[in-house]
Amino acid sequence: MSATAYAWQVGECLLAIALAPLFAGWVGQCRAWLQNRSAPPLWQPYRVLRKLFHKDVALATHASWLFRSAPYVVFATMVVAAAIIPSVTTDLPLARVADAIALVGVFATGRVFMSLAAMDVGTAFGSMGARREMMIGFLTEPALLMVLFSAFMAFGSTALPRVVEVVLRQPHIMLHPSLFFAAVAFVMVLLAENARLPVDNPTTHLELTMIHESMTLEYSGRHLALIEWAAWLKLFNYACIGFTLFMPWGIALHGAGPGLLALAIGALIAKLVVAGAALALLESITAKLRLFRAPEFLTMAFLLAVLGLLVHLLLEV
Amino acid sequence: MNGIASTTALTALLGLIAAWLVLGALGLARPNSIRWVARTLFPVGALIALGVAGAGAVALTAHFSAQTAVLPLGLPSLHFHVRLDALSGFFLLLLGIAGAGISVFAAGYFRAGEGTAPGMMGLQYHLFLASMALVILADDAYMFMVAWETMALSSYFLVVTQHRLPEIRRAGFLYLLMAHVGALGILLCFGVLQGGSWLMTFDAMRGATLAPAWASAAFVLALLGFGAKAGLVPLHVWLPEAHPAAPSPVSAMMSGLMLKVAVYGMLRVSWDLLHAGPWWWGLLTLGVGLGTAMYGAIFAAVQTDMKRLLAYSSIENIGLIFAGIGLALLCRSFDMRLLAALALAAALIHSFNHALFKSLLFLATGSVMHATGERSLGKLGGLIRYMPWVAGLALIGSLAIAGLPPLNGFVSEWLLLQAFLQTPQIPHAFLNMIVPLGAAIVSLTAALAGYVMVKFYGVVFLGQPRERALEQAHPAGWLERTGLSWLALGCVLVGVFPQVALDVVGRITGQLVGATVQRGPSPWWMTPLASNQASYSGLWLWAGLVLVVAATFVLVRRFYHGRVRRTPAWDCGYRWQTPRMQDSAEGFGQPIRHLFGPVFRMQRELPLPSDPQPQYRVQIEEHFWHALYLPLSRFVLRTAERVTILQGGRLATYLLYSFLTLILLLVWVL
Amino acid sequence: MAHLNLATQVVQMLAGALLLISFAMLAERRSRRLLILLVWQGAVLVASTLLVASTAHLPHLFYSAALTFVLKVCVLPWILFRLMRKLGIERDNEPLVNVPTLMLVGLGLVIFAFGLAQPVSALATTVLRNTLGIALAVILLSFLMILARRKAFTQVIGFLSLENGLFFAATSTTYGMPMVVELGMALDLLVAVFIFGIFFFHIREQFDSLDLDQLESLKED
Repeated sequence: MSATAYAWQVGECLLAIALAPLFAGWVGQCRAWLQNRSAPPLWQPYRVLRKLFHKDVALATHASWLFRSAPYVVFATMVVAAAIIPSVTTDLPLARVADAIALVGVFATGRVFMSLAAMDVGTAFGSMGARREMMIGFLTEPALLMVLFSAFMAFGSTALPRVVEVVLRQPHIMLHPSLFFAAVAFVMVLLAENARLPVDNPTTHLELTMIHESMTLEYSGRHLALIEWAAWLKLFNYACIGFTLFMPWGIALHGAGPGLLALAIGALIAKLVVAGAALALLESITAKLRLFRAPEFLTMAFLLAVLGLLVHLLLEV
Repeated sequence: MNGIASTTALTALLGLIAAWLVLGALGLARPNSIRWVARTLFPVGALIALGVAGAGAVALTAHFSAQTAVLPLGLPSLHFHVRLDALSGFFLLLLGIAGAGISVFAAGYFRAGEGTAPGMMGLQYHLFLASMALVILADDAYMFMVAWETMALSSYFLVVTQHRLPEIRRAGFLYLLMAHVGALGILLCFGVLQGGSWLMTFDAMRGATLAPAWASAAFVLALLGFGAKAGLVPLHVWLPEAHPAAPSPVSAMMSGLMLKVAVYGMLRVSWDLLHAGPWWWGLLTLGVGLGTAMYGAIFAAVQTDMKRLLAYSSIENIGLIFAGIGLALLCRSFDMRLLAALALAAALIHSFNHALFKSLLFLATGSVMHATGERSLGKLGGLIRYMPWVAGLALIGSLAIAGLPPLNGFVSEWLLLQAFLQTPQIPHAFLNMIVPLGAAIVSLTAALAGYVMVKFYGVVFLGQPRERALEQAHPAGWLERTGLSWLALGCVLVGVFPQVALDVVGRITGQLVGATVQRGPSPWWMTPLASNQASYSGLWLWAGLVLVVAATFVLVRRFYHGRVRRTPAWDCGYRWQTPRMQDSAEGFGQPIRHLFGPVFRMQRELPLPSDPQPQYRVQIEEHFWHALYLPLSRFVLRTAERVTILQGGRLATYLLYSFLTLILLLVWVL
Repeated sequence: MAHLNLATQVVQMLAGALLLISFAMLAERRSRRLLILLVWQGAVLVASTLLVASTAHLPHLFYSAALTFVLKVCVLPWILFRLMRKLGIERDNEPLVNVPTLMLVGLGLVIFAFGLAQPVSALATTVLRNTLGIALAVILLSFLMILARRKAFTQVIGFLSLENGLFFAATSTTYGMPMVVELGMALDLLVAVFIFGIFFFHIREQFDSLDLDQLESLKED
């Protein structure tokens, strides 16, 4: 692989890291508009990060090395995931390191480390958050896997760049009903995994309603900054996976020049704007589910994904 | 040269196994001396295990052809036949590598006062190892059964090491009973397989052609027999009792090694001795495997005893292995060879992985038990500070079981899922829709395994100590650490070099299925199908993660600072936090208990609001006990009581029996 | 997959939407939302019939689509809405048997329907024959819905959904039914809904609720 390909690989990674807080800020803005509030500026998350990095870390006296290293590990898993997902270009030499199934595994690694770190300090809320997060996690993994299966059935590969290439190179427009089901299931999984309504309220202050937030209660300073950044990166990554599978138009293919790449970045930003607004809309019109209704929600997602697979076998073979 | 190497390998192997037996006998020379038995003999046993692994590895090299020999032991008309081929070589490699780590750990672990004299235990231990190796090498049914029974007996004695406790004796009895039920199934299976020739050698069985009904009967008997030993539901009830009752190195051996010997038996019978069968064989095995996996995972999530949790986790992993075998059988019956090879490769690699990480975890619990004296999860916690080595190595083991990249558990899971991805090609109308759903169950099981491991590791090692006495916990000795490190290293290496594992297993699939999974471009990349379809590299993933962690660390320190201030935990400003306010084991398992309520048989005592000292009790049992085993045992006892009527006690009755038999025989003959 | 033209692909997407609506109806607890889903089901049916009519150039399907629109999107829902308001069950919230189990059983039925439909689809000659499996699945899911419900009103909605599935099956495999049959079925539906309405009032008078478990008290004990 050429040096430019590696350069674009690193560039895409850095772009993801840079854009993720902006995306989170945009979603927050849309939510505020929908709730008739005035929103903080779009770059507020960057200011939050800067503030947190400057602060000292207030570490619990009996926190272990696992607690201190978990933010770095979680951030690293999200960055590696960003390197694998083709958000701007499919010319990613390192994307062969892991296909979509390994991507799910990488996300799982992040989740497990977060949960272990939450249990490390030994508070009631930490272990509660860990338990709830693992419960949500174990229900979303099969659903996500079935969504990827449907994609594999439709496109013949579990490597995401290859999926994009197959879609962009096909001569006619192909509408896949199975992907329609898979898309609905994917959105439901996205909401659950990224701690969004209706599964979890990202702006709650009530500890007993928290799932993701309660795992981060003990973090401060640069650790908290890394964890927040990792959470925003996770949302960004999931959005990019959604674009790759269901709306890949605009992504530059192998051998594209700088002009097409600039176009690809523009397309990505446009898609993120629309996706962020849609996400805010979805969050604003649904109420938070009771904790034990969340498994029903996720079972529905799983079933829709399986239905997509079955519909593919029925209609598209 | 290859022929010489092959025969040398087999002879060396037999010599090493004999050395184990000698070692065990030497332990009886000074039976009560820990220094002689544990510190001297066990490390030698570990070296012998490494030798066995080496001989097994020779069998897996490219041009090895199967070697057989006939030993001058056994019956006059049926000597012991032994055979070393790729399949037995692989399992010997597994036995040797994991056995070496366990023996080194056991050298540092055993101490006086356990119940049985150390010399006796040394004899039983090495007899156990030797009999497992002999089962793997056996090439005729007689030797197989002799070695199998020796394995069962020696492990029984090991399980009841602390035989003064009644619950341990009870667990041992249950274990022995189920082992013999399984052995009966296997014996009947061999009886069917010989197909009328009455020659009990495996060569004869390979050549025999059986009617389809008899072949299916043999298959079902094999599944029952080997499944009872491996721990398939519903024949698994002995596992959660026997594994916790045994000392930790023995639990590790039983879970890591003995269950794999059962898997070996299943593979030998269904792939080598039986030829391709109807598709329902594969579907049955797949279904039983997936059901077992889910069952084990669900029950593991609600356990409160460390070792019972790990025992149920073993059931779950065995279920996954059998699911892989079932998928391979299914594909073989449709003549989809590459897919069968892929599924079989996944099952074999998972067996190897499980031997490594399950032994690692059982041994770690042994260290914890020695250091703290506690087995219940409700009394542990915070051990990462007092036992840092054990905690670190147990972390590797826990992450490996949870199937997280870039460790070894993920490799076998990835392969299994890739195999499932190809199943919609099956040319059968309903199967091509039902079998892909197995992938969802595999994924659900894997995610549940993650849940279980977070519970296990979090409650034992993280948080604050739930009892004050835990602060006296002492770290593990150097022998224990060496054993644990050896196994952890294995986990990491298989995760980093997955293609090597795939190549090694390829020899076996080539021999059994007739197809090998594609060779990847290098040992660090795994591309089992086409490289543009799916690829994975453990090494590059490791490298990527480490690089990003290091870069982030350095950059943050460079642009900002690395200051830390130690304060009490925040806990939302609640000042009266005590260690008992953390999640208990029951608490952490509560979501699973709630979601899968009907699967358990629960008895709960809920406190009333008016109780001055409220207490909450929950007892979780399996339905199988009350629905299947207790009625069965009651039936057996009732029948036995009725039969005792025959024993009248009076002399006249017995004389009458003899008289009647004589008359009957006279009538029949004349 | 052989390349189908755009209209046929859209019809396949609508078939998928039909299946999705049936599943959503299985899990929905509120009566009002169920009725809205039924209206959507009717709308999807009309859209797909129109598309099939235009691609296969069959004018009688246009009339069929018009009839379906008038009946299933306008008249029947209006009658049922009025009934709902009169019975006072607009804000009804029905407890359902374990929803995840219901979903899994539904999934099993879908697999069964798809497997069953594959050989039959091979015999049909229409371009949409593969969607027979979906129609069969909708029928079975509606049956499941009727079984799993406790209130009479929601069972009627299940019955209407069943009829929608049958209609879709007819459109996809044989390009619709003879006009006489269709008109007869439409009339039957209308009359059935009227009679259901009358019965609901009687049931409610007798038992003070529309919970069909109450009918068990009619047993001789």
